[in-house]
Amino acid sequence: MSGDGEAAAWARASHAAALFAVDPLGSGVSLRAPPGPARDAWVALLRDYLPSGAPMRRAPLSISDDRLLGGLDLAATLRAGRPVAETGLLAQADGGVLVLTMAERLGGATAARIAAALDSGEIEFARDGVSARQHARIGVVALDEGHDDDERPPAALLDRLAFHLDLAEVSHRAVKERHASAAQVAAARARLPLVVAPAKAIEALVAAAARLGIDSLRAPLLALRVARASCALRCADVVDDEDLAVAACLALAPRATCAPPIEESDVPPEEAGDEPGSAKNDADPKNDNAQPREAPAPDDLIVAAARAAIPADVLARLATDARTRAPSVRGGKSGAALVSARRGRPMGARRGALREGRLCIIETLRAAAPWQPLRRAHAADNAGLAVRVRADDFRVTRFRERRETTAIFVVDASGSSAMQRLGEVKGAIELLLADCYVRRDSVALVAFRGKSAEILLPPTRSLARAKRLLAALPGGGGTPLAHGLDAAGALAESVKRKGQTPLLILLTDGRGNIDRKGAPDRAKALDDALDAARRLRAPGLAALAIDSSPAAAAGADAPTRKIAEAMNGRYLKMPFADAATLSQAVRAAAPAP
Amino acid sequence: MSPLPVKLSRTTTRAIEARRMQAEGALAAQNFSPPDSLAPFPFTAIVGQDDMKLAFVIAAIDPSVGGVLVFGDRGTGKSTAVRALARLLPPMRSVVGCAYNCDPAATAALCDGCKKRAAQGGLKTTLRAAPVVDLPLGATEDRVVGALDLERALTQGQKSFEPGLLAKANRGFLYIDEANLLEDHLVDLLLDVAASGENVVEREGLSVRHPARFVLIGSGNPEEGELRPQLLDRFGLAVDVKTPTDIPTRIEVVRRRDAFERDPARFAKAWSVEEHKLRRRIATGRERLGAVAAPDKALEKAAMLCVALGADGLRGELTLLRAARALASFEGVERVGDAQLRRVAPFALGHRLRRNPLDDIGSGTRVARAIEEIFGA
Repeated sequence: MSGDGEAAAWARASHAAALFAVDPLGSGVSLRAPPGPARDAWVALLRDYLPSGAPMRRAPLSISDDRLLGGLDLAATLRAGRPVAETGLLAQADGGVLVLTMAERLGGATAARIAAALDSGEIEFARDGVSARQHARIGVVALDEGHDDDERPPAALLDRLAFHLDLAEVSHRAVKERHASAAQVAAARARLPLVVAPAKAIEALVAAAARLGIDSLRAPLLALRVARASCALRCADVVDDEDLAVAACLALAPRATCAPPIEESDVPPEEAGDEPGSAKNDADPKNDNAQPREAPAPDDLIVAAARAAIPADVLARLATDARTRAPSVRGGKSGAALVSARRGRPMGARRGALREGRLCIIETLRAAAPWQPLRRAHAADNAGLAVRVRADDFRVTRFRERRETTAIFVVDASGSSAMQRLGEVKGAIELLLADCYVRRDSVALVAFRGKSAEILLPPTRSLARAKRLLAALPGGGGTPLAHGLDAAGALAESVKRKGQTPLLILLTDGRGNIDRKGAPDRAKALDDALDAARRLRAPGLAALAIDSSPAAAAGADAPTRKIAEAMNGRYLKMPFADAATLSQAVRAAAPAP
Repeated sequence: MSPLPVKLSRTTTRAIEARRMQAEGALAAQNFSPPDSLAPFPFTAIVGQDDMKLAFVIAAIDPSVGGVLVFGDRGTGKSTAVRALARLLPPMRSVVGCAYNCDPAATAALCDGCKKRAAQGGLKTTLRAAPVVDLPLGATEDRVVGALDLERALTQGQKSFEPGLLAKANRGFLYIDEANLLEDHLVDLLLDVAASGENVVEREGLSVRHPARFVLIGSGNPEEGELRPQLLDRFGLAVDVKTPTDIPTRIEVVRRRDAFERDPARFAKAWSVEEHKLRRRIATGRERLGAVAAPDKALEKAAMLCVALGADGLRGELTLLRAARALASFEGVERVGDAQLRRVAPFALGHRLRRNPLDDIGSGTRVARAIEEIFGA
């Protein structure tokens, strides 16, 4: 990024910090940046903008429910001799900001709890013998350290955060001016309730959001709040085009899923284009925005502003990639990352020693409770303990780990395969997908063709998406078998790190002809593929190779069979791979649940 | 912040505590007041989403339709609608001091405590709002089904049962937001209780059973994980919600939401007439329900529809009829006709089709086709 670009990015971020600090509760910022001086500077700036008394709490990635929501306070309970609830982080952050670190790895369940607090401004919990309802009016700062598009904070959370900032490529040198002083922000905060947004401002924001391909209705609502904050920060009373442009630039542009048509954005037109929203406004005389001024229709201005705020490369991608237009494809992207946060199923608590598992406080206390009067009466010591817990009261939670299986489909989409039966392969995968659906497995999709492999779909439970992607999968080109296996291996590793069991299903005709270096060399390609397959031979990685080559080519020394042997997996021949056989084979290959 | 002592099982103490916290919390807050939980967004002010609203109204009129599942896009007002529903339910008569909201009129279904009280000399009754209980995310099993009252056990050494959320929800609604994120064993438990109408607790040396009849409402977003197929047809009605795409509707949604957030009290007042009307209609719908006839012809059509769709099991047929009858009652019609069956069939049957998860043809289309075949276009 050029120096100018960095400066502009910082200016936007600092503006966003000020606007967020004007109206922080129930909204938030997602800040994509690696840990470093620029991110620290931004957080410090926000701290400075927020009122001095407002709490700013950091939530670690692995925060447990009892710390997030609240639960039983063990120390206090034992001291007091009756259950004492502990306030969770969400309630502690009431009136201030909750900072989430490594938000791109946040689990879906945690995100849902935070989202609930954002929506209702309160939390309710019923856990471990205590129930409470507390205020949790918070703003959220999600620090996103992800690198690519698939590593983003959960969609449920992003949807509720007004600002999506990117400081990934901003160095500390660019950190210079701040948008406003803390006093200005404080004044704006006081002014905010008086700010009026005219009806046409709302209409313009909604229309602009639609033209940018933003599906969620929260986006225009949040943009409206940003516009109001911007107005208050300017010390004005009525939201005008300038505020709308700010809102578009900060709140709408980062959510755009399609490039707005350029149209007449530079030339102030007399009539408001052929866009349905404004057309309706023109036709409807009851609407008070029947061209109040000679200015261009406000949503044109907004779209132009948003357009300016979208980086050129992203804009180009949005314009060309028609598929991203489908809201579910994009929206689901981060949904995929949510699936990880499943723990084993609690099997209840059993009597046991502490080293056998996690102490289940509530059950331990319940076990100890009936004996209290007796123990107090017979206590030899006079320790003054309110609750007397003995070793045989200890209860530990047992989990039955139904480890989730992620089926990684590695699909050969090369020319040789496509010629023969990419269609059939797709059919086989659909059968397998249906099977995964029944067993609630996650699926991932890796395809290789030409000179590289691509993770088409990170692990997800949305099988409909898998199917959609598969249907759209083009065929043709070389067969970089080694690349495909390498990519699948890397994915399997990351699946394992998440505590799930990977199951690799390779569908190929085995005719690799592109070696690791990307050069067309059939012999080398097979060697590389075998090498890659041997690397997959790891404990806890089940594999299955399905050969799609024509019957004649599939003898005892069929390349796919060799690969299957190399990765210590099962080998299955396509023509015999009807639904039942496939399903059985997968079940046999998959580790017992 | 010091740990906050919360007393157990004393609802009143909790309410006072909540109010105190509210007052204190407001001090820490800046100039933002969250929509007070006492004034939810009015049900009638929800723009569009007619299917969802109708499904809720049907469940309010006839709780025996067996739960509503709302699945769909983010930000479509799923939670808003459920929370708003609480204000539309007719009040119910219940026994004073009963933790399970026992119905004094239904003598057979009284809980043990009430039976004892009744035997000792009559039940004191009161008129109270029907409960709409939110199942908080991260709730643990002991708070859901009820467990040993820890406070009494620790302080007095007494073994007593502290009812959980299921007791609280008896005769009302139980709402699970993000049903697909709930732990499987909790979902199983809830569905089991919802189907049997009774909560059986066997834990910590306690053996308690109490009535737990409630309408289960689940909501979720399919992008965050699909619901187990076994669960789907345990819900009576299922509605798909989609974000509206036409601009005027979207503008109206944003406008109303914004007006509400700026001044909830004023907004609620502006809609109070509409709310009142709907509440009346639901109340009369419930009273008239028994009088609505289901002629043989309607039964036959319902059966034909189920057969055509392959929605096997009697449950689909029964739900379809009940929902149609509730709708007829709501509309003030005396007998169930084609119009009602047509209207409710998509959400009574759509989720019961033997589903191929990968089939591109949505179940909605299949139901629509079958409806056309049976009732004519």
